[in-house]
Amino acid sequence: MGQAFSFANIFGKLWGISKEIRILILGLDGAGKTTVLYRLQLGEVVTTKPTIGFNVETLKYKNLTLNIWDLGGQTSIRPYWRCYYSNTAAVIFVVDSTDKDRIDIATKELHLMLKEEELQNAALLVFANKQDQPGAMTAAEVSQALSLTDLKDRSWSIVASSAIRGEGLTEGLDWLMDVIKDEQL
Amino acid sequence: MSTVSYKNKDAYSSSSGLPDKMAVFQECLQQFNATPVKTKKCRQLLAKLLRLIYHGEEFPPSESTTLFFSISKLFQHKDSSLRQLVYLTIKELSSSSDDILMVTSSIMKDIQEGDVVYKPNAIRTLAKVLDATTVFSAERLFKNAIVDKNPIVSTAALISSYNMLPNAKEVVKRFTNETLETIQSYKQFPKDQFQLHEYYGSSTSNLPATSYMYQYHALGLLYHLKNHDKMALMKLITTLSEGSSLKNSLSIIQLIRYINKILIDDESLITHLYPILSGLLKHKSDMVELEACKTLINLQHLIKDDQFMSIVTTLQKLLGVPRTATRFAAIRLINKISAKHPEKIIVVNIELEGLINDSNRSISTLAITTLLKTMGAGTIDSGAGGENVDRLISKMTSLMDEITEDFKIVIIEAIENLALKFPSKHKKLVAFLTDLLRDDGSLQLKTSIVDALFDLIKFLPEASAKQLILMNLCEFIEDCEFTELSVRILHLLGDEGPNTSNPSYYIRHIYNRLVLENSIVRSSAVISLAKFAAVCGGDVSKNIKILLSRCLNDVDDEVRDRTALSLKFINSDHKKLIVSGSKYDLAALESKLTHYLNETDFASSFDINEVPLLSSEELKSIEYNKKINKLESSNADASESNDNVKGSKTEDDRSGSDNLANDLLKQQEYAQELSQVPEFADYGKLSKSTLTPKYLTDKENEVVVTVVKHFFIESQKLVLQYDVTNTLPRSLIQDFSVIAVPDNELYEEDFIIPLAELKPEQTGTVYISFSTPSIEDEDLLAAFGNTINFINREIIDDEGNVDEADEGYTEEFGIEDLEVLPGDFLAPLYNSNFSAAYDQLPHHESSVVTISGVNSLENAVSSLRSSLNLLPLDGSDYVPSDTNSHVLKLFGKDVWGGKVGVLIRLALTGGKVVAKLEVRAETDNFSTAVANGAY
Repeated sequence: MGQAFSFANIFGKLWGISKEIRILILGLDGAGKTTVLYRLQLGEVVTTKPTIGFNVETLKYKNLTLNIWDLGGQTSIRPYWRCYYSNTAAVIFVVDSTDKDRIDIATKELHLMLKEEELQNAALLVFANKQDQPGAMTAAEVSQALSLTDLKDRSWSIVASSAIRGEGLTEGLDWLMDVIKDEQL
Repeated sequence: MSTVSYKNKDAYSSSSGLPDKMAVFQECLQQFNATPVKTKKCRQLLAKLLRLIYHGEEFPPSESTTLFFSISKLFQHKDSSLRQLVYLTIKELSSSSDDILMVTSSIMKDIQEGDVVYKPNAIRTLAKVLDATTVFSAERLFKNAIVDKNPIVSTAALISSYNMLPNAKEVVKRFTNETLETIQSYKQFPKDQFQLHEYYGSSTSNLPATSYMYQYHALGLLYHLKNHDKMALMKLITTLSEGSSLKNSLSIIQLIRYINKILIDDESLITHLYPILSGLLKHKSDMVELEACKTLINLQHLIKDDQFMSIVTTLQKLLGVPRTATRFAAIRLINKISAKHPEKIIVVNIELEGLINDSNRSISTLAITTLLKTMGAGTIDSGAGGENVDRLISKMTSLMDEITEDFKIVIIEAIENLALKFPSKHKKLVAFLTDLLRDDGSLQLKTSIVDALFDLIKFLPEASAKQLILMNLCEFIEDCEFTELSVRILHLLGDEGPNTSNPSYYIRHIYNRLVLENSIVRSSAVISLAKFAAVCGGDVSKNIKILLSRCLNDVDDEVRDRTALSLKFINSDHKKLIVSGSKYDLAALESKLTHYLNETDFASSFDINEVPLLSSEELKSIEYNKKINKLESSNADASESNDNVKGSKTEDDRSGSDNLANDLLKQQEYAQELSQVPEFADYGKLSKSTLTPKYLTDKENEVVVTVVKHFFIESQKLVLQYDVTNTLPRSLIQDFSVIAVPDNELYEEDFIIPLAELKPEQTGTVYISFSTPSIEDEDLLAAFGNTINFINREIIDDEGNVDEADEGYTEEFGIEDLEVLPGDFLAPLYNSNFSAAYDQLPHHESSVVTISGVNSLENAVSSLRSSLNLLPLDGSDYVPSDTNSHVLKLFGKDVWGGKVGVLIRLALTGGKVVAKLEVRAETDNFSTAVANGAY
């Protein structure tokens, strides 16, 4: 049986089937991280409460096993994000596109996070979320506000999304999977 | 070192088997952070970690926090066994980790939709993780869990709510309705609960459908939520006791205990609550029956005799059950009743005699000691009962050979108790004890017999009894192998022997010791002889001098020294140095010395005169009380102290008025406090203080006031010490004063020392000084009407500041009156011969009063005892329950130093107790005051 196991391991490594890919969903409180997570996992909108701590779900996506961690965004919880950085393949950063007041804080948190050693090889996907709401900034505006163009040596992308309507999430995830397959497997 | 030896004894903690702490720590970090999670490996690691923690190993906060975060990563795996271990570990780490917040959402999710296997674990852990700010988000969850159909989930939620009470009382209070719903509902274990485990697989059919344990936990929680609201509590008890809504025995027992607590606070509720308790005297669970009996026995002063008989009937039934623990509990309760009311349990004598041969030693011991008491009760008046005692003693004598020493000691104590309570029976009992003394036995056994005999010598009134015991002791030391016992007996012979009719008998025995024994015994024999010489004088003294002079050549230093000293004292006629009539109060001496040592400069020398001297009579009173208390409390349950920590009235009374030694200490403390107040500096010596503060308000009042009376007889002053406690959490009390108006014109107010300010939860003192009438004046007694007056200001911030603009409002209201009673001028004193002492007192006065507020002779006796503050003698505080009249003999001394004796004839007619008091006193005028003021 040990042999069969190691076979599976070898093939798994080749095609990236059995390896779990660890992805973090981060962002300020109320950006819609938990809604994004369960929209991806269950395909439906769940009612959420502010996350005190984290939610973690495993989902299969295009033959890949994704281990997605949605960490709470409240000020009190943000310092603990770093405890969960290790072995992370990608970060999904969710931004509330209507919250123009706090976009600066979001920018600061984003760049602070990306400086961490453990995240040097992680890909970055930004969701400019809540596009269903009136007055939402476009993806380009959000990208500018977050100064994403300053990022060097990192694969990143920004996608306009609405977790409530389910728009933009799969596009974003597809891009992420491609990057991960190219870079890490 | 002790910990090491302790560890070695623990079978589960051989240190070789314990994994290395740091290795486990490192491996945990490595494995828990890995993806994917290896469940089996992680479970093993968590088990190792838990074993370390349970064994007492601690991780410092930083390591603990690191561990916590790595364990939190295991939430990604859904394996339920792993999840259970994760919860157990987080629960343990919650106290040492810096942060535990991060798992909150994950736990709440498990409680909502997780597997039932780890749901209870999740609930328990959540209660540890939540803090005052996050508890609100879990409110809904807890409510749902409490009403969950699964009893295990419900129980977990109830216990967790209970644990959250200190931090989140407000939130938990909102669970009241859900808890009420749960207590009344029927919850069944899920069918597959046990099948999840292979171990239970085959036997599931035999398991009960439910244990109803959730009722117990729900009741506990409800009590905590309602225990400040007496009405709500009463309603809860009434609802739950109706029908059979409580199925779980433990929860019924808990209910009985709550009923007991309520009754201790408010005895008037007995009429509502007695039917509930008496109903539980017949229950299918013997635990419940025993608890009901125990509670009712503690409340026996509230219930009628026929009601009491139903308790005895239940206990009688329980004596016959096969289960040893039940029999033991039942006989223990019967033994407890026998301490006070042996006549009530005569009906179970047959069962008790059967139990003497019980295979369980504890049961047979209790059976014998109980029988000793009931026999005594039966023989108090009737001559026929004497046969019973004989029969029992012969039965015991035959039994004594078969039993162990511990058991013998218990019986010796019981016999002593019996002899003290019923002096007329002493001959038989002393004979029994001395027979036992002659048999072989260890030092411990002999010591207990000698102790018993010593006490009997001290407290038996008849001189013949004394003589009998002394002679037996003399015989005993002729052949005594224990030096310490010989020494004690020689000392006693020296104290008691000279006052007997034939001192020469004892001198001969003592001299024999002087010739035959070792040096320690010889030296104590010398002192003993010296006492004879000092007290008897005359020829005896001359002869003893001759005897002692021979000892001057003894081989031992100590014996020679003592002899020389004694001869010197006898020759120079310094009688006081050999025999002293009084002793220092050791407790007071100790506290004075401690106080003296704590003062840093030793400028003035220690003044021994500040320590009160106790005459031998006073000393005897103290010892007598101690003895009686010890005998009574040894019969009382040790376990009950848990239930009624502060509650039990009898306990309070006992420590309040009986324990003279403590009283003296308390008096010293008061004297110390008063001497700090400059206004009282020239009042002289404090003569007497009332010892238990009297409550002038309800204990729940916004301002609680208690009062203590201090009498300065020499300077004719009375100082009232009002202790005031502010129980209002948001109020500052200012300018607090008490207006005390006496109804006796001879009392004149000198001044008042009011209280400037009292913060919340603080206690302060107001003093009022009065000039009092002297003993020559007509009316010594008075009543004071009390009114309190203060300004109440609201506190506006957390620092306790008040709004300066808001002047507050003045409150003034009357509180209860305070009386100066004859008891305030009296202190209990022991005298072994009441009639003789009573007849010698010159001034007498008598009166007839109806004692209000009591419905039995027993209550009347205790009420008179406490209001007069005298010592009942000749066992007259014990009232047989089958009589309508009683004679109470009280003795004591007044603050002017005179002796006071009171003979009270009580009669019970038509539910009222009438008392005829005959007071005799040494102090003129005082007998009148006592006779008129007794009630």
